[in-house]
Amino acid sequence: MAASSERSPPPFPDSEEPELLEDSDEGADAFTGTSISEMDSPSPDSTKPPKDIFNEPLEDIFSDPLSNINSEPQKKVDTKIPSPSSDEAVDLFSDPLDDDSEVVSSPEVQNPMPDLLNEPVQAPKSDVLGEPPVHKNAARQQDIFEDPPKGSSKSSSVKKAASAELFSDEDEEDLFKELPKVVTKKPQPSGPPVDVFTEVKSDVKVKPQVKDDPTDLFAEEALTAPAPKPSASSSSSRTNGVHSEEHDLFSEATVELSLDSPRNDRKKKDAVKPSVSAPVAPVASSSSKAPSKTLEELEEEESEDTFDLNISVTNPEKVGDGMNAYMAYKVSTQTSLTMFRSKTFTVRRRFSDFLGLYEKLSEKHLQNGYIVPPPPEKSILGMTKVKVGKEDPSSAEFVERRRAALERYLQRVVSHPSLLQDPDVREFLEKEELPRAVSTQALSGAGFLKMLNKATDAVSKMTIKMNEQDVWFDEKIQDVENEEQHMRKLHVMVESLVNHRKELSGNTAVFAKSVAMLGSSEDNTALSRALSQLAEVEDRIEQLHQEQAANDFFTFSELLADYIRLLGAVKGCFDQRMKAWQRWQDAENMLQKKREVEAKLLWANKPDKLQQAKDEIAEWEAKVTQYEREFERISATVRKEVIRFDKEKARDFKRQIIKYLESLLNSQQQLIKYWEAFLPEAKAIA
Amino acid sequence: MMQEGLDDGPDFLSEEDRGLRAVNVDLQTDATLQVDISDALSERDKVKFTVHTKSTLPNFKQNEFSVVRQHEEFIWLHDSFVENEEYAGYIIPPAPPRPDFDASREKLQKLGEGEGSMTKEEFTKMKQELEAEYLAIFKKTVAMHEVFLCRVAAHPVLRKDLNFHVFLEYNQDLSVRGKNKKEKLEDFFKNVVKSADGVLVAGVKDVDDFFEHEKTFLLEYHNRVKDSSAKSDRMIRSHKSAADDINRIASTLYTLGTQDSTDLCKFFLKVSELFEKTRKIEARVAADEDLKLADLLKYYLRESQAAKDLLYRRGRALVDYENANKALDKARAKNKDVLQAETTQQVCCQKFEKISESAKQELIDFKTRRVAAFRKNLVELAELELKHAKGNLQLLQSCLGVLKGDT
Repeated sequence: MAASSERSPPPFPDSEEPELLEDSDEGADAFTGTSISEMDSPSPDSTKPPKDIFNEPLEDIFSDPLSNINSEPQKKVDTKIPSPSSDEAVDLFSDPLDDDSEVVSSPEVQNPMPDLLNEPVQAPKSDVLGEPPVHKNAARQQDIFEDPPKGSSKSSSVKKAASAELFSDEDEEDLFKELPKVVTKKPQPSGPPVDVFTEVKSDVKVKPQVKDDPTDLFAEEALTAPAPKPSASSSSSRTNGVHSEEHDLFSEATVELSLDSPRNDRKKKDAVKPSVSAPVAPVASSSSKAPSKTLEELEEEESEDTFDLNISVTNPEKVGDGMNAYMAYKVSTQTSLTMFRSKTFTVRRRFSDFLGLYEKLSEKHLQNGYIVPPPPEKSILGMTKVKVGKEDPSSAEFVERRRAALERYLQRVVSHPSLLQDPDVREFLEKEELPRAVSTQALSGAGFLKMLNKATDAVSKMTIKMNEQDVWFDEKIQDVENEEQHMRKLHVMVESLVNHRKELSGNTAVFAKSVAMLGSSEDNTALSRALSQLAEVEDRIEQLHQEQAANDFFTFSELLADYIRLLGAVKGCFDQRMKAWQRWQDAENMLQKKREVEAKLLWANKPDKLQQAKDEIAEWEAKVTQYEREFERISATVRKEVIRFDKEKARDFKRQIIKYLESLLNSQQQLIKYWEAFLPEAKAIA
Repeated sequence: MMQEGLDDGPDFLSEEDRGLRAVNVDLQTDATLQVDISDALSERDKVKFTVHTKSTLPNFKQNEFSVVRQHEEFIWLHDSFVENEEYAGYIIPPAPPRPDFDASREKLQKLGEGEGSMTKEEFTKMKQELEAEYLAIFKKTVAMHEVFLCRVAAHPVLRKDLNFHVFLEYNQDLSVRGKNKKEKLEDFFKNVVKSADGVLVAGVKDVDDFFEHEKTFLLEYHNRVKDSSAKSDRMIRSHKSAADDINRIASTLYTLGTQDSTDLCKFFLKVSELFEKTRKIEARVAADEDLKLADLLKYYLRESQAAKDLLYRRGRALVDYENANKALDKARAKNKDVLQAETTQQVCCQKFEKISESAKQELIDFKTRRVAAFRKNLVELAELELKHAKGNLQLLQSCLGVLKGDT
């Protein structure tokens, strides 16, 4: 709350606040045991990315001196960061927006709110930020880049500084993040509201930050930075993929940030800052100068970035015998992302590992309003068939279906920018041996507990009556509900088409045989020949139907199945949001009660208890504020996630359905070929 | 039988259609007697066919006339041919199958019951579907009946049949009744005896190579064509189901498209439109396969049965003849009742010779007819398949063009 008010004149309070307040919950988490415990897990890889990020792409983009400069602090970071970097933090910060909230929450946790917010200019004076301004005045970037690390090394535990630091960091973050969006906005000044939505946000952010006191330093930094280097960016960014490089940088910069944990984030952020501000400059300049990129192009690039990770699931293999048998899949990754140890690697995973990954991810991210892609369902029947080891086509189909579903599942996970940063994802892709995921077994105790939880959730969901204030959510929830319903219907129909097509294929085969027999008993030679030709044609058509049935299934039906599951996940996000709302409302009610108690006490004139009541009120006021903010934050995240989801959905559907239609087209072409070959045979009957 | 697919529209008994149908099963078109069904009316549980005759034969009072006939009267005519000993040496044109609208009617009824559970568009669409299906069955029924009459009219002997002339000319109800239970039972026993006898007779080695060959051929051919006919029916049925599925997919995609708020809606609508069109083509493919392939096979299933019956009659006559010969030998040996045995032997001999004589020509005609009919139908089938596949291809291409342009 305080943070937002401090954040000066918010032109669009609605959209801005949630943004800013996002993830304060995460911030809190970061300070709790969970993240710390996870931090203990040694993840050497987490220290690696920074090195690569800054060394490689920067060199490409910018002139050498800069890259040198950048690499310098980088090395420091590498040496400084203790290997146990928090895993939890990774996802917290992976999204720029989260960082915002992180910033916001941290002052709150530490309570220096008023100071920070009211005198941001002073705040910088404390160790970390104190230094950059000095050098900034000189307007020399090198200075800026060199200094912050020093500052950080000096003051490692001053909380106030840390928070101020966070603020500054966030600013850059925002600026940085916006820039691509600003660019996107320009080509479409009068874009549809949906687009505007994100753009507005970015606008909002730019303004306050540039104006804001704590920001000043860095904002200016960012603004001054362009001066030396606009040439590099504006001249080359459009053409030779430098622009996308910037995107890379951008995403990786966030990766970098995400490694932060409360303990060491100061150091690291200092290190990050220079690198962050560097790319900001060109982008900023480009955005202001030549907004030649269309929205689509940028989207494309975004997707290219995220798909720089190629995951394939191959070689399903049965391991073991009898009922303990299971299928193991080869998960191969091919990437140029620097967060991984190598460019290609392969691990073997079993189905329950995939489920385990989902469990871990949803545990961590669902509460923040992320749409965690769900894995394919367990199928006891299908698996039992496989286990029994019958080599019949249906079990082969089952395995193939599952393999493809798992592949799509993983691709969806890694294409989510926040989930990609999750250490569990990386571990899943990279680590040789995973601990066996136990809780995924349908009939285990954990499974039972899960079912119980789901049941209670469902009950509580029914009892919560939320009067939706937000029109957007109101509509969207309804839309998703309807869409899911129609998708289910469609899915049933496509399944039925698949079955009928298979049936048709089978019947065509039988007919072909029968016609061949008829042909053999026909005593007119030409007619006999024509009939056996017809049998051949029908045989080929049978193949065609079979292939088409497979296409119906894999390109169309499975797509729908995926999206039915995904829509379930979207609904899950809405539920999380509703829960947050409920918590806030409960706190509000509690506060109300406490106030009534206080009033009663006042009236009864019991000063001894009054103080306690006042304390409680203060406590609950704080809680209400916190919960409200959490609610707004989750609302913002969910909204953003849903928009992202819609985009992905549109892309997926377009791609898959076009693919499907192409398969139909191909069948028809084959069909024409077959009948054209048959026609002269029929005419030759005499 | 020789209908031109469903695409002819409601005017299903157009002039050219009739022309085509007539040539299908008959070799010679003869202007002296032309029969067709100019109209048909479907009532609750019966179909009334208007049989239209054009003739220059002196037997008829007028040159051109029409009567209304029902399915039962067709059956009566057929049975009168079968029972006539005179025609034992001919392949009796197979009777048309009973009109069967039950399945289609039932579906329509179910649709009415389920009206509440679907949207208005779905309902109208389903109704149209079923009506089209009904119409298709109706047209098929009419065609089958017409084919029967045309076959008779083109037959050199049967066309002169008195019953046939009555059937064509008498403008009152023939008051043919359906067979009662007793008669049906008798028929059943007759059939059992006949098939048992047929096995016996079939086992007798024929003296004539031509007939011996025809016998083995027809036995095998009949079984195979029976099999093919059943299989083609199943194939076409699943093809229809698949087309129905596409239809339903199209309408669901349509609702998805109208509900979707993103830019995906246009995409869905476009794909829905495409599916709507392709499923029409798919349904037509199925319908045309039904007409050109399944009906052909079905017709030859019945025709080959008729040919088999002819062979049975000849075989029976042969056995009778041989028995008469044996009886004559015995009688001569015993020198008792020789004259009577001689007459019997002569009658049997004559009968057998007569049957053999006409049967040979009939079977040769049957083969020629069959080859011509298969040729015609298969060529038409291939052409229709090509037409539909090309139509489908074009639809898909243009739709893909639009969709790719959008994205």
